[in-house]
Amino acid sequence: MKKNILIGGEAGQGLQTIASILGKTLFREGYEVFTTKDYMSRVRGGHNFIKIRFGNEEISSSEKELDLIVALNQETIDKHKDDLKKEGIILAESEVKKANNIKIDATDIAADINPKGKNTVFIGAVLKYFGLELNKCKNVIKENFSKKEEVVEDNHKLLKAGYDAIETKEKCVEVAENDKRIYIDGNTAVGYGAVSAGIKYYSAYPMSPSTGIMNYIAGKQDELGLVVEQAEDEIAAINMALGASYGGIRAMTGTSGGGFALMAEAVGLAGITETPLVIAEVQRPGPATGLPTRTEQGDLLFAVNVSQGEFPLMVMAPRDHEDAFYQTFRAHNLAEKYQIPVVILSDQYLADSTVSIPEYDFSDLEINRHLVQEKSGESEEYNRYEVTEDGISPRAYPGLLEGEVVLADSDEHDKHGYIVEDGNKRIEMADKRMKKLDKLISEDLLEPEYYGEKEIDYLFLSWGSTYGVLKETIDLLNEDGIDAGVLSFNDIWPLPQKELEKWVDKDIELIDVENNSTAQFAKLLRSETSIEVDNKILKYDGRPFTADEVYNRFKSEVK
Amino acid sequence: MFEETNNTAWCPGCGNFPLRTALKDALNELELKPEEVAMFTGIGQAAKMPHYLNINGFNGLHGRSFPPAVGMRIANHKIKVIVESGDGCSYGEGGNHILHNIRRNPDLVQLVHDNQIYGLTKGQASPTTEANLKTKVQPNGVNAEPLNPIKFALSMGASFVARGFVGDREHLSNLIKEAMNHRGYALIDILQPCVSFNKLNTYKWYSQRVKKMEDHDSSDYYQALKLSEKWGEEIPIGVFYKEEKQTFRDRLSHLDDTPLVDKSTDLEEMEDLMKEFK
Repeated sequence: MKKNILIGGEAGQGLQTIASILGKTLFREGYEVFTTKDYMSRVRGGHNFIKIRFGNEEISSSEKELDLIVALNQETIDKHKDDLKKEGIILAESEVKKANNIKIDATDIAADINPKGKNTVFIGAVLKYFGLELNKCKNVIKENFSKKEEVVEDNHKLLKAGYDAIETKEKCVEVAENDKRIYIDGNTAVGYGAVSAGIKYYSAYPMSPSTGIMNYIAGKQDELGLVVEQAEDEIAAINMALGASYGGIRAMTGTSGGGFALMAEAVGLAGITETPLVIAEVQRPGPATGLPTRTEQGDLLFAVNVSQGEFPLMVMAPRDHEDAFYQTFRAHNLAEKYQIPVVILSDQYLADSTVSIPEYDFSDLEINRHLVQEKSGESEEYNRYEVTEDGISPRAYPGLLEGEVVLADSDEHDKHGYIVEDGNKRIEMADKRMKKLDKLISEDLLEPEYYGEKEIDYLFLSWGSTYGVLKETIDLLNEDGIDAGVLSFNDIWPLPQKELEKWVDKDIELIDVENNSTAQFAKLLRSETSIEVDNKILKYDGRPFTADEVYNRFKSEVK
Repeated sequence: MFEETNNTAWCPGCGNFPLRTALKDALNELELKPEEVAMFTGIGQAAKMPHYLNINGFNGLHGRSFPPAVGMRIANHKIKVIVESGDGCSYGEGGNHILHNIRRNPDLVQLVHDNQIYGLTKGQASPTTEANLKTKVQPNGVNAEPLNPIKFALSMGASFVARGFVGDREHLSNLIKEAMNHRGYALIDILQPCVSFNKLNTYKWYSQRVKKMEDHDSSDYYQALKLSEKWGEEIPIGVFYKEEKQTFRDRLSHLDDTPLVDKSTDLEEMEDLMKEFK
């Protein structure tokens, strides 16, 4: 069983509250839940909606076709009626012509209890519609409004009133509760990965859709003794984080494409000063302001080529909410091991979707700082940029080594950090820095993950957040008797190539799927490997793919 | 001990030399060790200072000397921090950072080598260049009024505002010591000639004009503001204003006195945070 609900209305009508309370309730009941947000860049009005997909089997993406529309306004009905399945229902305050409709007088019902609480009436109605009980939802409401007893009481009444207002239409399959799972959004997963990795400082300038990372970490300041600073601009944000990292603590910054453009010069500064830094870049459609609250994978080549000059850099794109946590944790270890900037390329779809996933497993997690503990010899002085075989110099921070100073330099420098202009010294340092990537490629690069049949005719290429959608697409295709699989890249730069080699030149059609208009990953693939993809399925309307959509486009464009 | 290191890239007679000596003397008289002080600079001739002194240094980007210094103070507030750069780097490219860091009031000292010209790029106008002065790229004269850094800092509420002159090394050295001992943000705008590119504001020009503020009470804010407007025939040097107020770190009241750099992370505690996602 899988059910797909859309809840739509204006900004300011409490959609977010419905989504978080209903989503959490369904999760606590034991269902798999996948919630996505589609909102406009405004505080009041407009048309916003939230989709909650839930069921008793794995759900790894959002779906287009709807089982239930919960309409808080007429626009929701007009805009989404056509996506309703044949037996789908519209729950609304008005009669809807030419559609299956349940009418609920939510405004009137709420008026008697708390006129602002129409949204909670709808939650009660949805639970009744699916034949669920109220107990778990009551607890969720209590946690949600924990500080105000009156508000909790009102909402319990509103919930019950909505529940009593309609009849059960589709009794859901009952499932067992599962306490080994969590319900988390993509931004929080990145933030949680960062604090778990031991960051002590996060600086950023608010920018949709990345601000959720800062919100989560800021909320942990007191409990964990961290510092979060809202910088005057993104340039300050990244330079402050670099200073903190030079000072010896793990630091991080986060932004979206526009802010990342402002940070570009400082990413190169991290490169030449060999200062570890993790940057979360949560993509939205550009250029410039673009579509501030929508999704796109349009910054891939920008991230790979972010700053002037040549320096080692790593770019990774988490494929889902599990990966977002583990990769952020790993990014901090790798940034310190190789003394490089690491970019985590997320996007609005991953950032703003909330899903049920297995608990994070801490048993294999380890924080490795890779700091020098002592000078190599009694008489030798400490040199920040000592030339070594693998290119990794001993890293100390000010005050760590008695009697020694640490000099980091954005100019080309010698082993101590002093400015040089000598050509041979330049070559020596440039080689030293780039050599670190060789070690990274041989020791730490993650090959893409494969999902699908063993013998295939079609191989989909995916990077970052499209993985869940493509997994479901593969299942749909396999049901159809089409043998297909997907390779999902998490590490993008340097580009892992070993796994890919197993699949090319085998009479397998390569289909590149990307949330952008110019197939940036395919370009990167070609420039690094000479591999040409056979087909491209691209989408750049600011909205994420759904599995049914990729499936249909495969049928019409590929096969 | 702080010592001068390396051959400098500075022009003979450059004001950076006496400034370096004044700084070195101040640090030594304060009995600080080189590993206890970190200097954050931008780009330009002044910004090369950490290459010519044995000191922790982060020679970063043009205009961005300030933000990493604040990051350093967050990581480890036991390290004394100096932000140092020229007038173009500090007041031009980095203007926004001064503005907002005066609001933060971090406990550090900012030294601005103010020679009223761009030296390293060979003689263009800086934010403090006199209006109408002709340069190669301003052949008809500079078309903007100069920034008054003292008045700017005072009006923003900076907790320590001073002006020094490299021609009076001992006075400058004492100013630096006083600034280092001040709890909070301290700006010293340091007048110095550019012997290669500024033919107007020479040693002679400054020497005829600078005058120590002898009977000024540095806790008198409005008198300080008044004095900050004095420029021309007489240029006051010394501490304009000094006030102890809440610092950036004071406001981080959830932190104890152990520097963040000395704190570790407990993965079990982190695992516990997972509860809120259930």
